[in-house]
Amino acid sequence: MSEEEDIILSELDDEELVQQMFDDLYDGLKEEIEEGVNILLERKWMPYDILTKALVGGMTIVGADFRDGILFVPEVLLAANAMKGGMHILKPLLAETGAPRVGKMVIGTVKGDIHDIGKNLVSMMMEGAGFEVVDLGINNPVENYLEALENEEPDILGMSALLTTTMPYMKVVIDTMVEQGIRDDYIVLVGGAPLNEEFGKAIGADAYCRDAAVAVETAKDFVGRKHNQLSA
Amino acid sequence: MVRRSRTARPERRAVLRATGRSLQDQSLTDKGLAPPERKTDRILLIACGALAREILAVKERNGWDHMDLTCLPAILHVHPERITDAVEDAVTRHRKVYDQIFVVYADCGTGGHLQAACERLGVEMVKGPHCYSFFEGNDAFDARKEDETTAFYLTDFLARQFDAFIWKPMGLDRHPELLEMYFGNYTKVVYQAQIDDPTLTERAREIAERMGLEFERRFTGYGDLETTMSAWAKRPPT
Repeated sequence: MSEEEDIILSELDDEELVQQMFDDLYDGLKEEIEEGVNILLERKWMPYDILTKALVGGMTIVGADFRDGILFVPEVLLAANAMKGGMHILKPLLAETGAPRVGKMVIGTVKGDIHDIGKNLVSMMMEGAGFEVVDLGINNPVENYLEALENEEPDILGMSALLTTTMPYMKVVIDTMVEQGIRDDYIVLVGGAPLNEEFGKAIGADAYCRDAAVAVETAKDFVGRKHNQLSA
Repeated sequence: MVRRSRTARPERRAVLRATGRSLQDQSLTDKGLAPPERKTDRILLIACGALAREILAVKERNGWDHMDLTCLPAILHVHPERITDAVEDAVTRHRKVYDQIFVVYADCGTGGHLQAACERLGVEMVKGPHCYSFFEGNDAFDARKEDETTAFYLTDFLARQFDAFIWKPMGLDRHPELLEMYFGNYTKVVYQAQIDDPTLTERAREIAERMGLEFERRFTGYGDLETTMSAWAKRPPT
């Protein structure tokens, strides 16, 4: 017989439950996360508080341990999948309850590239940080980006690529924005495994983000500066 | 018991003759391959462990006995950001005793860093983005790439080492539910065969099935790897 006792989530107080949800996210337990979110909703927590304190709080630990080489891609994906379960419940409620909006981002993987794990992580963490995210999916030609910029009027354009052969396409998009005189209307962030800071600068992006957590911090920083400039 | 194909035997014998020892794929993945002792008036190829068998087969069938081979662990591809430093370290270590060194890597996800390092070190490397491209021939691969955005490529090495190289590091042995997240956007496996080996073809077909993707076998031979090595083999010592 196991010496471990079963944990009944509904019997935990709020603080214990949030800590348990951190553990469950770390272990990628989707059903437990969904149950935890529902319990906190029943306890009249605001959806935005559940998102930031329980889910984003837990994913921040996962992100830090990934960066430090303690967790690896499979574990991060399982955690992300668990968070996605919680987000699915919270997303419609966030709009209804008027959660604060930090900014808006259009994001997509570039033409010729079908890899979206990193992009999906960034989208999720950006939403968790209060950004509205319009996800264009994979294999996007420049026209898709330009159309979305015009229709969605975001603060940020995010581009992702996993392949050495596709990452130069980011420059095609940025050069087209320059030609059309709209480059400086947006913050352009780029990311993906073969990229680096030097590449980001060379193609004229505002910043290269090495992971989802850095993308969120960079986005907040740039949007904050943009707002400060506008109000000065 | 798995029967080995007859057509594959000469290639295997060529590898054994060229190295004087047997190559273990697991060892090529994790440890690479040390160079032999002889060094004077010789060329050293510093290569990815995933290319060892193919390089030795090409060397043997062309009689390029003045070429030695050392390999870095193939598993470095799981962390491409580590490839450049590893190659640079190997070039620095071996250049004191070898007349000429060539690097048998393509860009391999280094984002141009390996090319820059090779230029700085004054050594040549194989042209192209990765081995899938140079096995097929860089021009042919480039011409096809827009139609094959959703293709997942296997080489002979990857067909043999799929579990150790991809399935396990990606956690799919423990968490098969991640398959969709990893490969949901792919539609087919293209198995680029360097040699005719029905056993490997079957293995590649089984991998495609496991991934839930269509299967296509394409015989490439050694492609630009052989033409590149040929140019290097004829290069006079500097």
